[in-house]
Amino acid sequence: MQISSQQIVIEAGRSARHYWRDLWRYRELFLFLAWRDILVKYKQTVIGVAWAVVRPLLTMIIFTIVFGKLAKLPSEGIPYPVLVFSAMLPWYFFSSTFSEGSISLIQNANIISKVYFPRVIIPVSAVVVSLVDFVISFVLLLALMVWYQFIPDWRILFLPVFLILAVVVSMGPILWLAALNVKYRDVRFVVPFLIQLGLLISPVGFSSSIIPEQWRLIYSLNPMVGVIEAFRWSTLGGQTPLYVPSLISSLTIAALLLVSGIWYFRRTERSFADVI
Amino acid sequence: MNCIVQAEGLGKKYILQHQARTRGVSLREAMSDGLRSLSRRIMNRETTQKTSREHFWALKDVSFEIRQGERVGVIGKNGAGKSTLLKILSRITDPTLGKVAITGRVASLLEVGTGFHPELTGRENIFLNGAILGMAKTEIQRKFDDIVAFAEVERFLDTPVKYYSSGMYVRLAFSVAAQLEAEILIVDEVLAVGDIEFQKKCLGRMGEISASGRTVLFVSHNMATITSLCSRCILLDAGTVKADGDPSDVVLKYYTGGASSPAIFDPDVSNRTIGDNHARLISAQIADSSGRVIHELDIGEAFNVSMQYRILDSVMKNVPNFHFFRADGTCAFTAIAPNVQATEPGDYIATCKIPPHFLNDGSYFVGLALTSFGQVGLTLNFYEQSALSFNVRDPMNADGIRYGYGGPMPGVVRPIFAWRIERMG
Repeated sequence: MQISSQQIVIEAGRSARHYWRDLWRYRELFLFLAWRDILVKYKQTVIGVAWAVVRPLLTMIIFTIVFGKLAKLPSEGIPYPVLVFSAMLPWYFFSSTFSEGSISLIQNANIISKVYFPRVIIPVSAVVVSLVDFVISFVLLLALMVWYQFIPDWRILFLPVFLILAVVVSMGPILWLAALNVKYRDVRFVVPFLIQLGLLISPVGFSSSIIPEQWRLIYSLNPMVGVIEAFRWSTLGGQTPLYVPSLISSLTIAALLLVSGIWYFRRTERSFADVI
Repeated sequence: MNCIVQAEGLGKKYILQHQARTRGVSLREAMSDGLRSLSRRIMNRETTQKTSREHFWALKDVSFEIRQGERVGVIGKNGAGKSTLLKILSRITDPTLGKVAITGRVASLLEVGTGFHPELTGRENIFLNGAILGMAKTEIQRKFDDIVAFAEVERFLDTPVKYYSSGMYVRLAFSVAAQLEAEILIVDEVLAVGDIEFQKKCLGRMGEISASGRTVLFVSHNMATITSLCSRCILLDAGTVKADGDPSDVVLKYYTGGASSPAIFDPDVSNRTIGDNHARLISAQIADSSGRVIHELDIGEAFNVSMQYRILDSVMKNVPNFHFFRADGTCAFTAIAPNVQATEPGDYIATCKIPPHFLNDGSYFVGLALTSFGQVGLTLNFYEQSALSFNVRDPMNADGIRYGYGGPMPGVVRPIFAWRIERMG
């Protein structure tokens, strides 16, 4: 931020021309905010970071019992816990970015109304926090694989690519939700509902092969389906086939949401300090 | 010196919603309001819908220029638009009209401890708060020791700040801000924190910052701070610039408000009765030796401060007394009428003559009081603070005491006593 001789023009009805350059200049603040959220997240809890392990683990056990043992859904030769957990990885990433990201602006209302910075760094830093939980869950998945002596193949090298896809898929909605939440606090009620519903309509507790072929495309309109399937394909050594249409639909919808999310966020951003 | 901040026709409009439910608009309300107005239109009822919205201009057509190194104070009543102006300059909110061009890095300090997190330790908060105020990580690391020393919290660096006393919290918060290095520093009423000793320290730091040639824009309600720290002052009133110039002049204007002349006091103007059951204040004025009302005086000119008052029922000694204050709030002196005898009811005029070459140059305020002394002791019949004001000018004559020196002279009085200088031996 040592650009001193540079001139800023603040003008009515026109957002800053140097928006994207500003974004780069405020990268350190972005990292600091993410660092703060990570530090704070598990402070004054008894078991601390273990929560990042316990929650997916318990969900996995319940899903294995309900879908695997009671409903006896097919697992395509993969140990059911591993099948569930490979989907749990992206799913927990989604649910935590959604719940943290959508309230992030409101939680930082005091900073927003007192200091200038590109507001978009707040919801984006919420994604970084979820990534930390993701890494913890990933280690847990590796442990599960060792336990079940399941060896992933070269396809796991694609995981970072699909992780980026997961970030893109979650980014659009949280930009929308966070910006809407500034004005309409209804978002607070919508998000838990979305997360609950999403867990049931996404192929987390079961393999998407149980969806009848003619409904598969419609099912893939849920952008998370493509991501979850891709995660399964890459971690489970291709035992579940990669359904390309769902990946394409996931990408398209994610791109649409992201572009419109950025548009809406930038449009409303200037009045955040006035209405928050 | 070049122009560092240039504001042209700034305006900020807020929309006030006159409804019980103003905060936290929900989607349902937005939708139901929409439906209601739609149904009204369909039913063709009540076509003239009552506007529940009102526009409010927090700032109207504000223009000014600030040169590099100027220390500008912004004063005005609550709601005059001071904070809105600072928010626009620090880019927190956009103006509705107009534009500002700012050259250089701006650091704004609208609150101490913005973004402090109670769960984090003092050390962690220093970094976080520094980053929020716009410092780079390396910069914070470099200044870390200074910050800690200034805040005097060495022992508690690794304690979460939620366990800090409020004094420690505020000290730490200010210390981070005090290390800001920006070309333009925007400060809102944040110096009034901590104990007296710390406040002095903060003011000292502000003085250092100003002395280092940086541009400071500073909002305060403390006129002493404004007149001592600032080289220029802007008075905002109802969103417009009412005065802009020398701090003492502007502060004077702020105090006197819209009075016809600051040298005349008439309680009838504001429909007030000043006084108790024994005595009333009728009027007061400042006049030169020929009796002309005046509020700009030469330092070598004698003048009279007089007050008319009515005694209603009294057999006490009613003593008029005047209290002279500097624009920054320090008391210059008190003038008390000597040897007053018990008075009958009736109207009186008390005149106090101030000799030439007594007060220093600058702005003064006069408080008017009447005190009664009787068998039961002392009664204050009335005291009207800052009722009159005047400005003492130094014409800077070569034959005076300045000998060509043009700078400020310290002190509230500047008497010329009898001197005798003789050659010895």
